[in-house]
Formats: sequence, C-alpha cells, structure tokens
Amino acid sequence: MATPGDDLPPDATVGPGGEILENPRRRDYLTIAAVSFAGVGAGVAVLPLINSMNPSADVLALSTTELDVSAIEPGQAIKASFRKQPLFVRQLTPAEIAAADAVPVSSLRDPQTLEERTKEGKKQWLITLGVCTHLGCVPLGAGEGENRGPFGGYFCPCHGSAYDTAGRIRQGPAPKNLEVPEYAFTSDTVVVVG
Amino acid sequence: MSFPWARHYEPKNPLTQWIDSRLPLPRFVYNAVGAGYPVPRNLNYFWNFGVLAGVALVVQIVTGIVLAMHFHSSAAGAFDSINATIMRDVNAGWFLRFAHANGASMFLLVVYIHIFRGLYYGSYKAPREMVWLIGVVIFLLLMATAFMGYVLPWGQMSFWGAQVITGFFSAIPVVGEWIRIWLLGGYAPDDAALNRFFSLHYLLPFVIAGAVILHIWALHIPGSSNPTGVEVKGEQDTVPFHPYYTAKDGFGVGVFLIVFSTLIFFFPDLLGHPDNYIPANPLSTPAHIVPEWYFWPFYAILRAFTADFIIAAKLWGVVAMFGSIILLFFLPWLDSSPVRSANYRPMYRVAFWVLVLDVLVLGYCGGSAATPGIVVLSQICAAYYFAHFLIIVPIISRLERPKPLPNSITEAVLGDKGGSRMTETAVSA
Repeated sequence: MATPGDDLPPDATVGPGGEILENPRRRDYLTIAAVSFAGVGAGVAVLPLINSMNPSADVLALSTTELDVSAIEPGQAIKASFRKQPLFVRQLTPAEIAAADAVPVSSLRDPQTLEERTKEGKKQWLITLGVCTHLGCVPLGAGEGENRGPFGGYFCPCHGSAYDTAGRIRQGPAPKNLEVPEYAFTSDTVVVVG
Repeated sequence: MSFPWARHYEPKNPLTQWIDSRLPLPRFVYNAVGAGYPVPRNLNYFWNFGVLAGVALVVQIVTGIVLAMHFHSSAAGAFDSINATIMRDVNAGWFLRFAHANGASMFLLVVYIHIFRGLYYGSYKAPREMVWLIGVVIFLLLMATAFMGYVLPWGQMSFWGAQVITGFFSAIPVVGEWIRIWLLGGYAPDDAALNRFFSLHYLLPFVIAGAVILHIWALHIPGSSNPTGVEVKGEQDTVPFHPYYTAKDGFGVGVFLIVFSTLIFFFPDLLGHPDNYIPANPLSTPAHIVPEWYFWPFYAILRAFTADFIIAAKLWGVVAMFGSIILLFFLPWLDSSPVRSANYRPMYRVAFWVLVLDVLVLGYCGGSAATPGIVVLSQICAAYYFAHFLIIVPIISRLERPKPLPNSITEAVLGDKGGSRMTETAVSA
C-alpha cells in the first residue's frame, strides 16, 4: 500500500483508506473537454439545419422585379407581385400630392413625408408593398373602382386600417405606414424593385 | 407505482410466459390500462375524455397517413390534390378527408372538455402537477399541428391564416421580421412554407403520441383523481381499469363516434369556412379572416389589444395570446386550496362557471368581425380571463371555506351526495 509522497503524480490524491485516487483532476479535465467538444460539435451541426430553412436561392432569385410603368395614368394604380407579395404602383395626381403634403408630419402615427417615401424628382410615383402592416391583409384601393377609404389612399377591409395618398397609416389598428421597398428607376418608365 | 392491491399479471400459456420473460410488453399494458391498474370506483363520464382524446389522435394519425399518400405538397398542386383528386377521384377519399378535417374539430372538442374537467375537479393539484404540465405541452403541440394542417389545403383561409399567424412573429422587436422570413422560408407563404408545414404536420402527431405516453406515465404514479378529490384510501375505493373502465370508456367512444359520424356524413362543412374552397390568392385578402373555431378564444385575445402601451399594441396581442396558455403552466401554484374538487368549493365553483362563460364569449368574439362592440367585449373578457387565474383563483383559495369532504370515496359513493353530510372526522385531503 502506497503512502502519501511515494512517487505520486503532483495532482494525485489519497482516498480515505489511503488508496491512491488516480489523478482526478486530469480525468475531470478530459471529461469536461470531451463533453464540451462534443457539445460544440452538436451545436455546429444544427446550424446548417437552421440555415436550410432560410429563403433558398430560387426564392431569393425572385427578389427583384422589373416593371414598366408607362401605361399608368395619373390617379391610376396597378397591383404587381414582388417576392410573391402584392406591390402597389400608383401615379399620384397633383391634387393627391398636395393632399399628402398638406398633412402636418407631427400628427402622424408613423411620421414620414411624401418626399421620404418616394424618389427624388419622382414624387408622383408611390410604390409600396400591398401588405397591411397590421396583420398582413391586402388593402383595397389599387384596383379600378375599389374603396380607397376616408383618406383617398388605401383601405384595408380586414380591420379598417386607412392609408392616405402617401400610403401612410391614418386610422385603424395598423402600426406603420405601408412599406416602401427598395427600388430604382432605370429609365423614365422602368422601375427595378428589390 | 401502483396500489399494493393491484392485480398481478400472470401469463397462463407457455407462449405468453415465453414473451413475458423476454419482453414484458403485455405485462406493461396490463398494468397501464388493464386489470393491473386500480382506478377510483366513482369516476363519472367526464373521465372519458382523456381516452376520447387518445382515440381522436389515432383517428387523425390513421386518416392522415392515408391522405398523405394522395396529397401534393406544392403551392401549385395542393389545392387540386385535395379538392379534385382526393375529394372526387380517390376511392373513399372524400370520407378520409372529411374524417380528418372534422376529426381535428372532435379532437379539440374533447381536449377542451378534458382540460375543463381538470379545472373543475382540481386535477392539476399535487401530486399531479406533472400530469397537468405535460398536458399543457400536449395542448400547445396540438394547436401547432392543427394550424399547420389547416394550411395544407392551400385555400384562401389556409393562405391568409398562415400569413396572419406567421405575422405574429414579426411583432417581436428587432429580430421579428427575420424570424418570420425564416419560418416561411420566403417573404410570403409559398412552396417553402407549405412543404415545411407538411413535414412538421406529419411529425408532430408522433411527438404528441410520445408526450401522451409521458402524460399517462405521470398520471399512473399517483393514480387517477376522482370527482370527490379525496385520495384512494384502500382497496374498497378502487376497481380494476379492465373491465370496469374499458367498458365505460367503450360506451363513451360509441357516443363520440355517433357525433363524429354525424358531422362527417351530414354536416361535413359545418365547422369549416367556405372561403377555403377558393384557391389561395396572394393578391387578394378575404374580407374576414377567421381561424378555425377552436382558435377563436385566442384570436379574440389577440385582437383585444388596440392601443400602444410601452410596447406596440400588436406585440401586446401576441404576448397575451401566448400568455393565456403559458399561464396554465403556473396554475398548480396559483391555486393553493388543499381541496381539489369544485363540488366542495362553493366560491371556486362559481368562478369556474364564469370562466367557462367567459371563454365561450371570447370564442364568439373571435369568430365575429372585429366591430368596435366586439372589440370592447373581447377586451372585457380577455381581462377577466387573466384576472381569473392571476387574481380570483389565488384569492379564493385563501378565503374560501370548503364544504366538508367525505371520509373516503366509498363513503361518498354509498352515502349521501358528497358534501351534504357533516362528519366529525371530515378533513380536507
């Protein structure tokens, strides 16, 4: 039977009966290291599984839409599709622009001016997603003869959110203005959205 | 654990003896739902609903597996594969489809009765908290499964339901929109969303089946509760599960199947929404989006929040809707009354029935268009729902003076109607 001090490794301990417990710190270290390594490995293996649920390349490939807007007369709007969501493209009349500009920005729930929501020099082109910011319904107002609501913009029939001629929320439960996607005019009549 | 007087499995013939000594599965079944499980002798028909939920799960899995053999999980093909192929061309496809759709309603119906049975008779109390907690998990899994299943026919309500429900996640600050896109695998519900919902809709019932085994396992540790809430005190208080409750449950299953068949064969679309017979159209929203009836109370809570207060109203709605279920996890500790059964709790019994009414009114509100009057009614009822669990039940459980309990289940069965008789030795369990 060994006694303490007889050729023991520096971190060995001696049990209550005087028996040598082999290097417990070394074993703990190995256990913790092995389990941690396996844990990190398992965690990393989950990443591709999670990432595979993100939009795939074919979905992302649809994320730009090119539109010819030459046929849209002032006061008219069209419904297009952008990323499988409705997109409203509307040419505002001077009266509609004036109505939007006449609203004091500070009175708005989501304060934005018409300038901020359109491109420079293209103030008459209001391009927004046709997705109500409340629960995602498609507001009315882009189609011919549809109810444009009390503010002359868009009106969501689901829960009565009313948007004005700048697509800003004015009444009802929606928290935000209709989203303006990223877009650019590549010529006077062609818009690339996304 | 089982009671010491539980009968023991004794295989008679050499084959069952051979099996028992190698894989004691028949013994396990005998002890779980056979003559080896002693059950209180006084269970009423409300105790049928756990078994009925199990029957509904089996019906859904069996019909679902066959339907999946004919279903096309693509945005282009899903609607036609159900409404043309399955409903018209597949042999008995219409029957399987209506059985599966109405089976979901029957499942939720019996689960709601099962849950309210637990609320009335205090089944969530010690020592059965774990049974209750697993039950709430099963309920959440069931809701997720039902929602994803409703999306699969890819009709207008399917599509816009998916849009609105995944829209809940966009209410989460900062990362919400990213989570929503991740859940859908796109910017709006489409092929990616439909396929993953189908995959999960096929998976989750088996997860539910696993959770049900845990639910029953946890139940069999203390044994079943009973309408008096008084624990079993001796062999005279119990009868073997088989044949007594297999027979009683069998009768209940018969009634269940009559109601179920009536729905399938006479009113197959009663509980569905006609708009779901219109193919999904991402560019046109139905005028009135409603979920299936079993989600109406929660939908009403969601829509009850109309004003921003610190956080946005939309986020409040989502938090409250999920909170209304998460709250149930805390119920065993919110109700500190040592008396289980509402039969002996005069104040709690009133509160229970007011809650039932409250949830029914919430359901009515959730199924109606959100007019200002309905919204106000939803707000009152949603506030009451939370008040019931967070204020009323904790206070009642401290103030209330329960009626005297019977000394034992046997005394309650053989004596007068429970609670009417005062005995000197009556103590709360």
